[in-house]
Amino acid sequence: MSVHIAPIACRELVELITDYLEGALSAEQHARFENHIAGCDGCTAYLEQMRETIRLTGRLREQQISPDAWVELLHAFRGWAST
Amino acid sequence: MYVGSRAVAEDVAAETWLGVLRGIDGFQGRSSLRTWIFRILTNTAKTRAQRERRSIPFASLGDGDDGPAVDPDRFLPPGDPAAGAWASPPRGWDDLPEAALLSAETRSVIDAAIDQLPPTQREVIRLRDVEGFSSGEVRALLELSETNQRVLLHRARSKVRAALERYLSEDTA
Repeated sequence: MSVHIAPIACRELVELITDYLEGALSAEQHARFENHIAGCDGCTAYLEQMRETIRLTGRLREQQISPDAWVELLHAFRGWAST
Repeated sequence: MYVGSRAVAEDVAAETWLGVLRGIDGFQGRSSLRTWIFRILTNTAKTRAQRERRSIPFASLGDGDDGPAVDPDRFLPPGDPAAGAWASPPRGWDDLPEAALLSAETRSVIDAAIDQLPPTQREVIRLRDVEGFSSGEVRALLELSETNQRVLLHRARSKVRAALERYLSEDTA
């Protein structure tokens, strides 16, 4: 049994990416989204870029804090730990 | 965020840790530790911002006119038989070495893109994608509806992606 699924344009799909990744699409929208992605290299690459963007943004956290701030925090921590 | 410069932000981070250390004995465990620490952080930052007379009420911050996630010129125009399909599709980044993706320069591109976002978008992407808070935590902390949180996250991520794409394509060209 086949169900007719209204097609979706690439231009619309890019606006649904976050809802897709957040699991916020309705069942019907979800089906349209996956149906489109399955046959579209451009949107597949776009979705991958979004996933990479999220992954790389998550790496910012490893950024070093300044040495001065570290020293201040260590002092504070030692002071607290010794009370 | 609530404060304008990196130096002030570092001060706020240090004050937050002091607040955490002073208050840990009184922590009741009624919220998650992360949420509790984050409340101390936002309170510290708001207090600091008031002191600097740069306080902006969070809820009143509009995000202005926000364009689409992708430049409309990259799609075939209305009237074309395939209107709305990619005219200039993105390229995957899987052929780029991991070292290039994780380089300090790539990081600074992401950092700069986040810094240029409107304040509410910036705060949502920092909490969700940099700090790793859940959507529920972010909604509670910033008092946003589910939809608003998602819209702000979408705009923020789309702009960071666009900045990365610009940078990574000039890098490999």
